[in-house]
Amino acid sequence: MSRHAIGGSPARVGGLDRVTGGQQYVADIHVADVLHAKLVTLDCARARIISIDTSAARQVPGVRLVMTAADLPQPVPRFGPQFEDRPILAVGETKYHGEAVAAVAADTKDAAERAAALVKVEHEELPAVFTIAAALDPAAPLVQDPALRPGDPLAGTNVLREHHFGWGDVDALAASADLVVEGTWTFPMVTHFAIEPHAFMAAPDGDGIAVWSSIQHPNWLQKILAKILRMPLSKVRVFAPDPGGGFGGKQHVKLEPLVAFMALRVGRPVRLVLTLEETFQAVRRNSTEIHVRSGFRADGTLVFRDIESSYLLGAYADIADRTVTKGSYAAVGPYRVPAARVVARSILSHTTPSTAFRGFGNPQPIWAVESSMDEAARVLGIDPLELRLRNLARRGEEIIPGDTPADGDWAQSARKAADLIGWGMPLAAGRGRGIAFGIKSGPTTGLSYSTVRLLADGSVIVYAGTSDMGQGARTVFAQIAAQELGAPIDWISVVMGDTAVVPYDQQTSASRSTVLMGNSVLAACREVQSKVRAMASRVHGVDEALIVVENGVVRLPDRELPIVDVLGPGLGRLGGELIGNGEMRKEAEPGHPLGGSAAFYEFNCTAVEAEVDEGTGDIVLVRYVTVSDVGKALNPAQVRSQDEGAAVQGLGHTLMEHYIYDEKGRIRNLGAIDYRIPTSMDLPLEFLSETVENADGPGPYGAKGMSEGALLCVAPAVAAAVRDATGVVIRDLPLTPERVWQALQERGTGEHEGG
Amino acid sequence: MTATQPIRVTVNGRRRDLDVAVHHTLLDVLRDDLALTGTKECCLVGECGACTVIVDGRTVDSCLVLAVEADGTEIITVEGLAVDGRLSPLQQAFLDTGAVQCGFCIPGQLLSGTALLAENPHPTIPEIQEGLAGNLCRCAGYQQITEAVLAAAEAAQAGPTEVER
Repeated sequence: MSRHAIGGSPARVGGLDRVTGGQQYVADIHVADVLHAKLVTLDCARARIISIDTSAARQVPGVRLVMTAADLPQPVPRFGPQFEDRPILAVGETKYHGEAVAAVAADTKDAAERAAALVKVEHEELPAVFTIAAALDPAAPLVQDPALRPGDPLAGTNVLREHHFGWGDVDALAASADLVVEGTWTFPMVTHFAIEPHAFMAAPDGDGIAVWSSIQHPNWLQKILAKILRMPLSKVRVFAPDPGGGFGGKQHVKLEPLVAFMALRVGRPVRLVLTLEETFQAVRRNSTEIHVRSGFRADGTLVFRDIESSYLLGAYADIADRTVTKGSYAAVGPYRVPAARVVARSILSHTTPSTAFRGFGNPQPIWAVESSMDEAARVLGIDPLELRLRNLARRGEEIIPGDTPADGDWAQSARKAADLIGWGMPLAAGRGRGIAFGIKSGPTTGLSYSTVRLLADGSVIVYAGTSDMGQGARTVFAQIAAQELGAPIDWISVVMGDTAVVPYDQQTSASRSTVLMGNSVLAACREVQSKVRAMASRVHGVDEALIVVENGVVRLPDRELPIVDVLGPGLGRLGGELIGNGEMRKEAEPGHPLGGSAAFYEFNCTAVEAEVDEGTGDIVLVRYVTVSDVGKALNPAQVRSQDEGAAVQGLGHTLMEHYIYDEKGRIRNLGAIDYRIPTSMDLPLEFLSETVENADGPGPYGAKGMSEGALLCVAPAVAAAVRDATGVVIRDLPLTPERVWQALQERGTGEHEGG
Repeated sequence: MTATQPIRVTVNGRRRDLDVAVHHTLLDVLRDDLALTGTKECCLVGECGACTVIVDGRTVDSCLVLAVEADGTEIITVEGLAVDGRLSPLQQAFLDTGAVQCGFCIPGQLLSGTALLAENPHPTIPEIQEGLAGNLCRCAGYQQITEAVLAAAEAAQAGPTEVER
C-alpha cells in the first residue's frame, strides 16, 4: 500500500488514458446528429449594431440555425458570477473585440464557417477605452450601461468597484519612518493559453438539457443555466470532462448559455469548439498598475505600507473584481506591518473580459511590494533576505488584523531557498541573485460533498465534484481512499464531472481541493470505516469499543484483519456495499471584508541567479529555486509538477508574455505565433523545487493547499537578480530582451537608477 | 460542393482508403474522418505541437499538412504507440516520472519524443529540450517530460548509461 497511499507518488489516476490518446476532452466527444457552431464577430472592439442580415448565411447548404440576440428571450438574459452583466449575445453594441453578435449551427464545420462569414452585420464603430488612463478619463465613453448598475454611485464612471482595506494610522506613522520608498510598477495583460481551447456542447435531454463544458465549476454552471433556462437544477445535467488545463480561465460560464439556447432551438446537439484565437479573446488576467509607498526604520523594521492599485478589467466583470479584492486585501505581504492603507480599483474597459488566473489578483501587488522591499534594502544597506526575515510574520502572528494568523514556519522556507541558491556566496562576474516572498490567502468559504462506496470485493468508488485539470485531484482522492480503506490504488475509481451523479461541490479554485474536498473524502472514508467497525463487531462478536479501524485494517483485540476480510462475511449472501458521505464546509463570516477568513496561506520563497547578455538584453536563468510550504505533500511528484509548472508559468509573465492592443482594440499578437509562452528551451539551466512539510495545514494529514504559490513572486525575484547583475531597475513587465537592453543603454544616465 | 480526392494512407499499421476534402488537413481527417481524437487541436498554425504525428518517420504538425499531401504515407499517431496493449517505453516513462498533468499536450510530446529517440537513442538534456521545443505544455511539466525521455532512453539501453545529467 505504501507507494499508493499518502506521501507516495503512484502513477496518476487517469494517466494511462492520457498517454494512449484515450482521454476524452470535450472536443473529442462525438454525439450523434451533432451540429457545429461558429461565432460571428466584428473586426473592432466597440460598435453599434445597426442590423444583421442572415439571409445569405441561411442559404448555405447544411445550415440549420443562425441565431442573433433577437432570437433569444427578451430582454436577453445576462449572467456572471459576481455581476449579471454579460448578455448571451451582444445586445445593441459589441463591447470588445471577439464578442459574438450571432452564431451559426450547421451539419459540418465547413458549412458553419462559410455561413458565419456570410452573416452581414451593419455596424458603426464607436469610441472605446483600452487602457487604465483612457478608461478613467472623465470624458471616456462608459463601458457598462448605468442602467445595469442601479443605485451604484460609481455607475457614471468606468470604475466598477473601489476597495479600501487597512489598519493603523499610515499618515501618523509615516512621519516616524526613517526611510520611505515609493514607486509605480506595472503588470501586463496575459492570457491563460491552456493548450485545450475552450469547448462546449449542449443537447436536449428529455425535458431538460445536457451541457458539456471544459469548466472548472460544473455546479456553478448548472446553477446559472437553470436560472437562465428556467429549469429545475435536476433537469440541467452538466458534464465536465477533465479540462486540458484551466489555470482559472475555465472557472466561470462563458458560451454555455448560447450553445444551450441553440441546442434547444434546433432540437439537436450543438457543439462549439473555440479556436486558440477565440480563446485569447475569451480570457485573460487583469493588467495592473500598482503604486507602493513603504516606510521603514533604519534597522529595516517596516513602519507602514500605502498601496494603490488600478486593475484593468474587460468589458464584463466575470470574477475579475473578486481577484482585485483578494489580491489587494493581502497586498502587504507576509510581514508584520503596523499600519496599512490599500486602495484598489476595478476598472472596466473595452477589452477581453479578465478573469481568475493562477494567483488570483495577487501576483500583481506582490511584484510591486516585493520589488519595493529590494529598493528599501539597497538604500538601508541591509541584505534583501535579512530585511524580509526581520519583518516576516512568525507562526501565530497576525498579518492582517482579524484574519487567520501566519500558519507556517515561513522563515524555514526562506532559509531553504537561500541555501539552495547559495545566498551570500561569491558570485561569478556578471551574475546576480534575487529572492522574494509570495503569499496568497486560500479559500474564504467552501462547500464540498463527496460519496465513497466500498464495494463487496474491497474496491472503492469515490464521487467528488472537483475538476481534475492536471493538478491531479483524482490521484490525491484515490490515495486518501487507499490510505483509509486499504484498497490498492488501481482498485479505486474516482468519478467526477457529472452533476447528475456526483454530489455538489462549490468550485475548483483557490488551491482548495486537496484541503476542502480532500477533507470531505476523508470524512466519507471515515464514515465507511465506522460501518466496518459495526460490521466487525457483529461478525466477530466483539464490543465495538474494542475495535479500531484505520489505515485499511480492522484491529480486533487479538488480531488484525484487512477490511476486505471483514467485508465479505459482513455483507453476507446478498452482497451489497458500504456507503459513506462526506461534507466539508467553510462558512461565510459576516462582516469580514472578504466574506470569510483564509482557510490557509500559500507561502513561497523564490530565489534566482541570473546573468544578462549585455549585447541583447536576454536574461539567462542560471539557477532557479522555488520552495513552497505545503504542510504535507500528499503526492510529492504532483506537488513538484504543480510548483515547477507554476514557476514556469510565472516566468511567462515575467520574461515574455503580454497582449498588445491596436488602436481599434484588437489584440495584435493574437495566437501562438506572436504571443510567446515558455517552451522547454526557456527552462532555467538549473531548476530546483523543494517543499517545507510540517504537517501544519488544515487539510488531510496536515496538507495545505498549493499550486499557485510558486507563481506569486517569480517576477520580483527575477527582476532583483537582474538588478544585482546589471544595476538596472525595471518596473514594467515583461522583462523582454528589448526592454532590458533599453534599460542597459540608459544605465548611468540616471533613468533607471535607485528609487 | 466540396471537392474531394481519394488517398491511401497507413495509419498505425492499418491501411485506410479515404475520400478526403481537398482543403482538409491531416489533423481534420485523423480527428473527424478516422475518429482518432488522441491527436489534439490547438493553435492550427504549427506553433504548439499538440497535433504532432509521425509521417514516414518524421514528425509533422498535422494542422499544417493537407490530407491529400499525406497520400501514400505511413502515419503514426498516439493511438499507435502501444503495441498489443503494452505501452511503449516512452509512454511508461511519462507515467513513471509524473510527466503527465492535464494531458492535452502529451500525445504531441510523446510523438516528438518517439521520433527524437529513434534518431538519437542517447540524447543529452539540451538535445531533448531542443527536440521537444515545438511542443508547448502550459502545465509546464518540461523538466519531468525531459526526465521521461531520458528514462526511456536509459530503459532502452542495456549497459551503463552515458547520458549527461
